[in-house]
Amino acid sequence: MTTTSPMTAPEHRRVSKAPVRHEPARRRRFKPGAGRQHHAGPFAYFALAVVGLGSLFPLYWTLVAASRTQDEILDTTPPLIPGGNLFNNLEAAWEQANLGKAIVNTVIVSSSITLATLFFCTLAGYAFAKMRFKGRGALMTMVIATLTIPPQLSVVPLFMMMSDIGWGGQLESVIFPTLVSAFGVFFMRQYLLEALPYELIEAGRVDGANNLRIVWSIVLPVARPAMMVLGMLTFVQAWNDFFWPYLALNQQNPTLQVALGQLSASYVPDQSIVMAGALISTLPLLVVFVIFGKQIVGGIMSGAVKG
Amino acid sequence: MATTTPTRGVHGSRPGRRAPKPMTPGRQAWRSRLWRFDDKASPYAYIAPFFLVFGAFGLYPLIYTGWIALHRVEMTGLDQMEWVGWENFSNILQDDEFWTAVTNTFVIGVISTVPQLMMALGLAHLLNYKLRASTFWRTVILTPYATSVASAALVFALVFRADGGLLNWVLGFFGAGETNWANGHWTSNIAIAIIVIWRWTGYNTLIYLAAMQAVPSDLYEAASLDGASRWQQFRNVTIPALRPTILFTIVISTIGSMQLFGEPLLLEGGQIGAQGGSEHQYETLSIYLYNYGWNLGHLGPAAAVAWAMLVLLLLIAAINWLVGRFMRKTAA
Repeated sequence: MTTTSPMTAPEHRRVSKAPVRHEPARRRRFKPGAGRQHHAGPFAYFALAVVGLGSLFPLYWTLVAASRTQDEILDTTPPLIPGGNLFNNLEAAWEQANLGKAIVNTVIVSSSITLATLFFCTLAGYAFAKMRFKGRGALMTMVIATLTIPPQLSVVPLFMMMSDIGWGGQLESVIFPTLVSAFGVFFMRQYLLEALPYELIEAGRVDGANNLRIVWSIVLPVARPAMMVLGMLTFVQAWNDFFWPYLALNQQNPTLQVALGQLSASYVPDQSIVMAGALISTLPLLVVFVIFGKQIVGGIMSGAVKG
Repeated sequence: MATTTPTRGVHGSRPGRRAPKPMTPGRQAWRSRLWRFDDKASPYAYIAPFFLVFGAFGLYPLIYTGWIALHRVEMTGLDQMEWVGWENFSNILQDDEFWTAVTNTFVIGVISTVPQLMMALGLAHLLNYKLRASTFWRTVILTPYATSVASAALVFALVFRADGGLLNWVLGFFGAGETNWANGHWTSNIAIAIIVIWRWTGYNTLIYLAAMQAVPSDLYEAASLDGASRWQQFRNVTIPALRPTILFTIVISTIGSMQLFGEPLLLEGGQIGAQGGSEHQYETLSIYLYNYGWNLGHLGPAAAVAWAMLVLLLLIAAINWLVGRFMRKTAA
């Protein structure tokens, strides 16, 4: 793959406002993209609007369903605007699904996974990007190879191990297996490869700093933008994780997703209450997304190109 | 100090800068040994957490799964393992339900991955035009990525409901509102594929878009000088340049579709969901594993399923590799 600058946030800001005026005077070598020369026609906007609507509608429908009664949403003519039953449903979901505990648990799980991932992945990414050691290439290949192993392959013994060491049903059983991610190591390595000049490290060395000191006062500040992005991606993923938490945790000690799964599995569930639960579990992330959407978009774009 | 720098890492010392303070020879040797140790050990220390965590919670369980698969282990007594040999494997291989799960996993994988990646490619092409509010469009298209499997599956379960479902209501205007989506084999597989497509198209779109922006524009200029139409440029410049990225997304999506769990589990919910439908019509391999291990409580066969998944994964990897080689050959 061709490489672009690792963080695309500034990159696509540049290209999206591609300076047409400058064109004759100063031709850019990497004027990106096929359609880039052309303005999008009305068809493109129409198609994007349709897809955008399709993307957002299920979220809107969650809100509608969460604010109605089950009878209303399953009526022969389903309602298309929110009703007035939201708070009743939220209250019912809160009581039936142990949501208070679930929220606290989810926050604990997601933030500890995010913090640990940031710390360990930055260290490992720095080592892989800028330090020379025996077996570096092979070890990095191993890291990437682990990306292809689905969690399904190890859940049975993992469940037995966790119960063995007394973490059965505990949050530890969800936190510890995800403390570092291969994607994170790869992501930080790609960023630091280009963003961290050798001269900076060297300067630190000449000033007599040891490796830890260099990490602390040179690598971390340089890595901060990438850490922001990786942090958000990791947080979203940890918040939404379903498979292993569903197997590992129980009704008394759930995360939001687990509670939601159990709420819907309960005997004759009321769909409007289930939707209220879904709303509670999605809303915090949507807020994060509205605020940091641009960075997350840039992060996904930069993380992927160099495959 | 300055004497030790040349051995450190990839770069030499910088001339003209002096060590902070002069040291006695003995002290210097000790410090230089310390420095060298710091240099040798640090990289390994920094990457160690990943390998420790992966070893303990990824690799070791993966291998141990194979051992458990040869035993009888029940959820009710996790510490009792009884050797049964290949019994678990022969049981699942003779189970029609297992092959239904394999077929479903495969079918859902194909009908979710193929349209999804094609749509993503088209969308990325649109987003690659000079566009008003381009960040807005990108963010909107990525929004489904921020929802969880659980909420997505539950909302779509409402949409696909047989009575009072939103989709049947809409289809009713076209005179076709009687479908019981979860009941049919194909319809339920399509419903699950739609949930997957909804959540992941935006993600893949951005990956393609990033790759498209890295294609040098000279190629397009040359192509248009040769009189290639825009469609020809897309076919003959964009797609070949994106080939590695496309392969990458195919691999990632394939692995993802091997793991489908929440979507089928919550499509109808409850006991029916845990079996992948009343007739297992949308049971995937993950559901099959869950049903054996966590619903029925037999962990031995569940572990055997996990190893069967590993074999399937290796098969897919081999096919991917062959396809990749073939694509490279035809490109050359």
